[in-house]
Amino acid sequence: MAFAYFPHTEEDIRQMLGKIGASSLDELYSDVSPEFIFKGEFDLPEAMSEMDIRRRFSEMAGRNRSLTVFCGCGAYDHYSPAVIAPLISRAEFLTAYTPYQAEVSQGTLRYIFEYQSMITMLTGLDCANASMYDGATAAAEAMMMSLACTRKKRRVLLSMTLLPQVIEVAETYAGYHGVELGYVPEDNGGTSLDGLREQLAEGDVAGVLVPSLNRYGIIEDLEGFADAVHAQKALLMVYADPSSLAVLRTPGEWGADIACGDCQSLGLPLSFGGPYAGYLACRQEFVRKLPGRIAGQTVDMDGRRSFVLTLQAREQHIRREKATSNICSNQSLMALYVTIYLSLMGPEGMREVNSLSYGGAHYLHDRLLGTGLFDEAFARPFLKEFVLKTGLPVKKLQQTLCDNGFFAALEVGEGLVSFCVTEKRTKEEIDALVSCVEAMKQHGNLT
Amino acid sequence: MSQTVKGLYYSQTHEWVKVEGDEALIGITDYAQHALGSIVYVDMPEEDDELAAGGDFGAVESVKAASDLIAPVGGTVLAVNGDLEDSPALLNTDPFGTWIVRVKLSDSSELEMLMTASEYAAFCESLK
Amino acid sequence: MKYYDKLIFELSKEGRQGCSLPANGWPGDLGDIPQNLRRQNRPALPQVSEPDVVRHYTCLSGMNFGVDNGFYPLGSCTMKYNPRINEQVASLPGFSSAHPLQPDSSVQGCLQVYHELARALSAITGMAEFTFAPCAGAHGELTGLMIMRKYHISRNDLRRTKVIVPDSAHGTNPASAAVCGLQVVQVKSRPDGTIDVNDLKPLLDDTVAGIMMTNPNTLGLFETEISEIAELVHACGGLLYYDGANMNPLLGKVRPGDMGFDIMHLNLHKTFSTPHGGGGPGSGPVGVRASLAEYLPCPRVLPDGKGGFRIGREGELSAGRVSGFMGNFSVMVKALAYIWTLGKENIRMAGPLSVLNANYVKESLKDNYRLPVDRLCKHEFVFDGLADASSGITALDVAKRLLDYGFHAPTIYFPLLFHQSIMIEPAETESKETLDGFIEAMRQIAQEAASDPQMLRSAPHNTPVRRPDETLAATRPVLRYVPEVPDE
Repeated sequence: MAFAYFPHTEEDIRQMLGKIGASSLDELYSDVSPEFIFKGEFDLPEAMSEMDIRRRFSEMAGRNRSLTVFCGCGAYDHYSPAVIAPLISRAEFLTAYTPYQAEVSQGTLRYIFEYQSMITMLTGLDCANASMYDGATAAAEAMMMSLACTRKKRRVLLSMTLLPQVIEVAETYAGYHGVELGYVPEDNGGTSLDGLREQLAEGDVAGVLVPSLNRYGIIEDLEGFADAVHAQKALLMVYADPSSLAVLRTPGEWGADIACGDCQSLGLPLSFGGPYAGYLACRQEFVRKLPGRIAGQTVDMDGRRSFVLTLQAREQHIRREKATSNICSNQSLMALYVTIYLSLMGPEGMREVNSLSYGGAHYLHDRLLGTGLFDEAFARPFLKEFVLKTGLPVKKLQQTLCDNGFFAALEVGEGLVSFCVTEKRTKEEIDALVSCVEAMKQHGNLT
Repeated sequence: MSQTVKGLYYSQTHEWVKVEGDEALIGITDYAQHALGSIVYVDMPEEDDELAAGGDFGAVESVKAASDLIAPVGGTVLAVNGDLEDSPALLNTDPFGTWIVRVKLSDSSELEMLMTASEYAAFCESLK
Repeated sequence: MKYYDKLIFELSKEGRQGCSLPANGWPGDLGDIPQNLRRQNRPALPQVSEPDVVRHYTCLSGMNFGVDNGFYPLGSCTMKYNPRINEQVASLPGFSSAHPLQPDSSVQGCLQVYHELARALSAITGMAEFTFAPCAGAHGELTGLMIMRKYHISRNDLRRTKVIVPDSAHGTNPASAAVCGLQVVQVKSRPDGTIDVNDLKPLLDDTVAGIMMTNPNTLGLFETEISEIAELVHACGGLLYYDGANMNPLLGKVRPGDMGFDIMHLNLHKTFSTPHGGGGPGSGPVGVRASLAEYLPCPRVLPDGKGGFRIGREGELSAGRVSGFMGNFSVMVKALAYIWTLGKENIRMAGPLSVLNANYVKESLKDNYRLPVDRLCKHEFVFDGLADASSGITALDVAKRLLDYGFHAPTIYFPLLFHQSIMIEPAETESKETLDGFIEAMRQIAQEAASDPQMLRSAPHNTPVRRPDETLAATRPVLRYVPEVPDE
């Protein structure tokens, strides 16, 4: 029976082989040593019809439990407006390759240009690239970029309040790339400025990476950081949640040289961790060291405004073994997702998203403290995510909540549990979560 | 056929050196600019940087390629050519009239390792 | 395609908004955040209505060309058909709403996808185990090299810091090596791009971590001496890395694991039909032979011993964490749907049909275009400009003119072995009729080169824009929208 994806009829194959002068498809592999031709049976299922596929995958998806999400820790359950999915599914966007042929890629190039523009608006910096794999790899690239910008220096400092996965990925890259890492300690849930000064005093620092919203959801106060870092001719890099930057002080306003983070918070589906999109932005003077693809505006032969991939000479595919980055793609379709999201929201929508998240998170925070089972951990300003101290057995707490349909109370330190509320959470959902905790208390299920 | 200018010293990495007393100007050759195509950016060192002969001191970027600048001689950077920040294409239009850095030579015997104009012209010919 | 000149910012008008959000009844407000922690001005994001947004991005899509629009013979990119059923199952709410840090017990369906895909890819490649953390091919390369380094370091074999890369390799190979802290040693290729074993031998010593290879190579030619290369590299203590960029012709026919490779990456967006999305998201899973499994990055999906799965977050020998969570999950769903749709029988046809298509186009055009290496190719082949070069028409001119004929251009100026490389890869999902149409257009262009070269030099003529000025873009970079100030 014919297979849907292969157009070749037997007659086609016969005619084509004739043109080639081969007698069989097998003969097309006559340059491959016979020992390497796979002769066994593939350990794969029989071919499935579309209906089989739908059934099998629906079954697997059904094995996931649908939970009401009250956690963030780097992946946030923000709302995704209905028009985005059909727009990004348009075949001309979905099935195109990297826009090498600018004449037939103006759609891709224009939205990348819009995306870059929006990232600069959110971060308060001058330039952004076309996106990175995710926030954690964007941070690792920022780290390597700071070395390239400062030449000769080898150390990068990481704040201990960065998300754990960001630190781990930076550590991996640093280990192989020959970057020496130093750590800036935590002080009451925030990055310690005194700790930073001590680390800087040891010298040889190329860059310092600190979060804006940190691993506890706390809004970091970075007053004085840029001065301290710049005094050592190092770069200040801020890891920031781009959704929050619509209302919180921007990396640019903090005096940062580079900003990075994960665009997932701009409406991207959770999708079990990916695809997301990292962003990377910098001040103008560092643009030639900015890794990854960049779209730029120019004019064509007829003087019409057009867009191209530009500054490509910096890229690994031309500089090869001197490369400080090997990235040669972007999460283009996710960048389109983000661009459409931000267009729909606009400045006012973004303020509302943050305002609703802030209001809901503070309501939950106060209700949980009211149960008497939790204590304030840091008492510092937060936006949509916060941690509380608890003497409860944390694993059991999380599992019981999960059994009741909630993903909440993720352990982020000894006796510290994390919660997050986005604009998607209703008062009823929050009250239900709190009731569930209270019920456990009453039934003595928590010891 | 690319041009050469008599009286300059040339390296195998296509830089030229023009000696003025104990100072020297360094640029790239006509052959180099031709190979790179339209030059769009020059990454230059800072004043007071120390260059070591054979070490890289910057890069030249064209639309499709990037090439390191290799110091033909060692020395201290006295000045960089600020005109190149706005007009990198000067390296295409006037490669021998456009210096990139002025250095104070640290060891003028290093010049002996370099080629004369005619030697360099033959060297370029051999690359074809 | 029409020329449409708006940017979303240019549709903006103060007071519009494209999404309505719930009423805000919460007691707390952003104003409670200390002033010095808030941003001073509103971001200058566009203010547009929902219909504005829909129409703008629909217009932009109309200026693009994808595999669904027409033939896309871009060499080394394997632009095969992207089945829609894959998109449908990848967006099932059970998958798309799963948070990556949810308890293992609540995401058994996602973990099963990883498990099933790893099994399938092992069957197809002959590798024992896979990681799905890398988000793209280049990311996979880097991860594979990290595994290679970690292996040597864990054996206290610290001198092995060199990696051998053919001079014809994809540019990402040396770049990945450099980022991984390895020194690149180039091995010269012969005129046909294959590795010369005699040139390789003197490079092999106890400082070599391994070699990176594609097979078939960059010219689409099978490395016939692969057995000897594998033996030599292994004998000196190095590992063989397989760059899966050119895996498609081997799909269902030859397994890299059987050729002696120790580590490999796959591009799910090439060989396994997931869409390229205008440059991503892709996915670059890395497979290893059994003895290297412990070096795979964490987190990993492991059996939980009770018939289900768990996420293993730590491993003493692990190369480390290379991405924030577990890679581009929804891309895995699509690749698995593709493999299951093919099944154990149809997969045997995928590679051979791609090789049939490539050789058919090559044979049909080799009188019109210069074919530097005339032998059986695999999934792709390279011309070096026109057979009659007298007109001075370049690879670029040919590529641009093809756009007028409704085809995407091949890869040009790569590989660097020739001056006018035109690299053509017709995937197995293209019909004979489509290929005949392309062949006809290519012949027509060869004729035009003789009859009207000036018209070719100013091609394309039917596209929204024509040869944008790349020098201007790079010399005076304009990388973001800046509102025009009206003249006074």
